[in-house]
Amino acid sequence: MNEAAKAEHGHDHPKHELSYCAKRIYAIRDLLIEKGVVSEKDIQCQIEYQEARSPANGAKLVARAWVDPDFKTRFIGDPKSACAEMGIDATAINEFVVLENTERVRHMVVCTLCSCYPRPILGRPPDWYKSFNYRRRSVVDPRGVMREFGLNLPDEVEVRVHDSTADIRYLVLPVRPKGTENWSEADLAKLVTRDSMIGVMDPLNAIPE
Amino acid sequence: MARGHHDIGGLPGAGSIDQSDHPLSDWEILADAVNQALGARGVKRTDEMRRAREEMDSAAYRDMTYYERWIASIEAILIEKKILTKEEIDRKLAEFKAKWGEP
Amino acid sequence: MSSASRFNPGDPVTVKFEDRPGHIRTPWYIRGKTGWVERVHGDFRNPESLAFGRDGLPKKTLYLVAFNPSDVWGQSAGPKDKLLVDIYDHWLESAAEERNGHE
Repeated sequence: MNEAAKAEHGHDHPKHELSYCAKRIYAIRDLLIEKGVVSEKDIQCQIEYQEARSPANGAKLVARAWVDPDFKTRFIGDPKSACAEMGIDATAINEFVVLENTERVRHMVVCTLCSCYPRPILGRPPDWYKSFNYRRRSVVDPRGVMREFGLNLPDEVEVRVHDSTADIRYLVLPVRPKGTENWSEADLAKLVTRDSMIGVMDPLNAIPE
Repeated sequence: MARGHHDIGGLPGAGSIDQSDHPLSDWEILADAVNQALGARGVKRTDEMRRAREEMDSAAYRDMTYYERWIASIEAILIEKKILTKEEIDRKLAEFKAKWGEP
Repeated sequence: MSSASRFNPGDPVTVKFEDRPGHIRTPWYIRGKTGWVERVHGDFRNPESLAFGRDGLPKKTLYLVAFNPSDVWGQSAGPKDKLLVDIYDHWLESAAEERNGHE
């Protein structure tokens, strides 16, 4: 990890100033390694696995689905296999469901009980997804939450909120923005934000050339 | 029994969503990795960890940050499974204090 | 698709209102509410038993159940909106008789 990333990640934060729990994880880590419960390598592998997972994976899948109708069918029908086609490892997901947005239907995903999220695809969830306010409000006021993210939907649109309470992990397949005909997959992927794959907003608009 | 402190869907009084994000600290990345490593080794199940957070003191659940809750539940489950003891963790921490330059 | 699941897509179902201890993945706000099955997700290990170090067997069928928000909260911002929750078989009972009215 380079110096800029280290500083950002708080490497320089004096350990004696950390909170009670924060200090304890260092002790727990050392004890687990000493006792052979996990190895230093196990932990490092997990750090690297997580660093490799980001919304860019989801954006690639969405962009491919937008340009290739057959891939889109496969992505919705068997998301894990479609991920494997694109070199994205979704095997850690027990059951993966893709929710397709249309002009008439928008989906939004929350885990009211904890923070279930498609981490193997998108990486770690944002702080707001794990927040008490999001967990409390999404199931009762999804349109209000969407408005906060800049998405105002008319009554004719059906908003479907999924409370992800079990082993299913949901990914929203957003609507392709207008005016993107003939765009490359790489350019399309730039419009696909993490938040549009959670469903609180639509993807970015195409900016006319 | 009544509703668990984690079971908060639909509870009133929720305000606007703070959309700011914070880059993870070292200790948070470590908590995440230790949790995943314990799962990969079959030492604990995700549902055991969730149960530990549900069993926490409710005030602590509310006041701790996300990864602090994870660390508390990691510790609780490891102690429950007799893999570590609280005393061992306390002793290891005391060793660190010298290294970390506790004032 | 699991063979012979108790419910099929379209079936009206009511979530049991139970207040049982332990690790429960049926949110409080949906208990006692009536909706319909949208999808049969398949069979999964029971988190209520996994949470206590047991093997979670026999597996339970997991359903995607849809609700009208007005039936859950008494109101709905969008007339077509839906609320969907993943619920295990043992938390559901048929609402077919209710729908058919009294004998």
